[in-house]
Amino acid sequence: MAAERFPVEASHIMMFARSVYDDNPVYYDAEYAAGTEAGAIIAPPTFMQAAAQFDPAWPLRPRINQPWFGSGANPSGIDPDTKSENGGNAGTLHAEQHFEYHRHPRVGDVLCATVLPGRTWEKEGRRAGKLIFNETITEYRDQGGELAVTVRGVGVRTERPATQNQE
Amino acid sequence: MALKASELVVGDTHSESLVQDLKRTQLVQYAGASGDYNPLHTDELYTREVAGYPSVFAHGMLTMGMTGAMLARYVGDGRLTKFGVRFTAQVWPGDDLQATATVESLREEDGVSLVDLKVSTTNQNGSEVLSGYAVARVDP
Repeated sequence: MAAERFPVEASHIMMFARSVYDDNPVYYDAEYAAGTEAGAIIAPPTFMQAAAQFDPAWPLRPRINQPWFGSGANPSGIDPDTKSENGGNAGTLHAEQHFEYHRHPRVGDVLCATVLPGRTWEKEGRRAGKLIFNETITEYRDQGGELAVTVRGVGVRTERPATQNQE
Repeated sequence: MALKASELVVGDTHSESLVQDLKRTQLVQYAGASGDYNPLHTDELYTREVAGYPSVFAHGMLTMGMTGAMLARYVGDGRLTKFGVRFTAQVWPGDDLQATATVESLREEDGVSLVDLKVSTTNQNGSEVLSGYAVARVDP
């Protein structure tokens, strides 16, 4: 699944920029941004990651009255032996991320994500056991159907926690 | 402020401190803004007792986001055309991070001047936590 409708909003950009310690006014001051080459408040370089907020099936967000694998009364809200949609994500780490900017999205854009099939491959790691890599390519198109950003992510599933460098 | 090809030399570097003594609260901020609520980044109890890590650790995308902030300050707003990384080690609360961009080449493509940058982010021990590249439009 992916975000079918990802509205690029000013307050979301401001909060995202704050969270990556980016105090560039082009991300929160519309008047300042209008006077820059960008011409408007634009999305910070990795902002497409926040499309998760608009993905109805995004698995790493707790849902009302659904089991969640984080702690509450117990260290996990899900029996670790039970395989469930939200129980199996902790073993997946982020290995790579690539952005290609055809243009930088700006406040007011409404993007639509299309997920293209990616590759899967395996490798034997020194510390974390067998590593299974899985690639996802996502194209973000604007309200006019023009390609704005292409994102390629690679996740890796590990047999054991990888507490040092990933191989 | 954009970079000028005429003022860049292969091997030039730009380096910035991204964060000192990374706080768990910043991981919470990033979780909220990005929507990635994986408990591995914010839930110490789960992360130690169920996932088996010594503590919560930063989202790879937080390190990439802070590194991207450095890049955009260096090359100018909206000038990046590509930015890609591999996450080579985990980032933990308390870490200090430093990011460096190094000019690898200057070229023209379809009449547009571009700079190829090598990107590296390291921690307080000098270990690389992120390794990547960026391409940006520059003025002639």
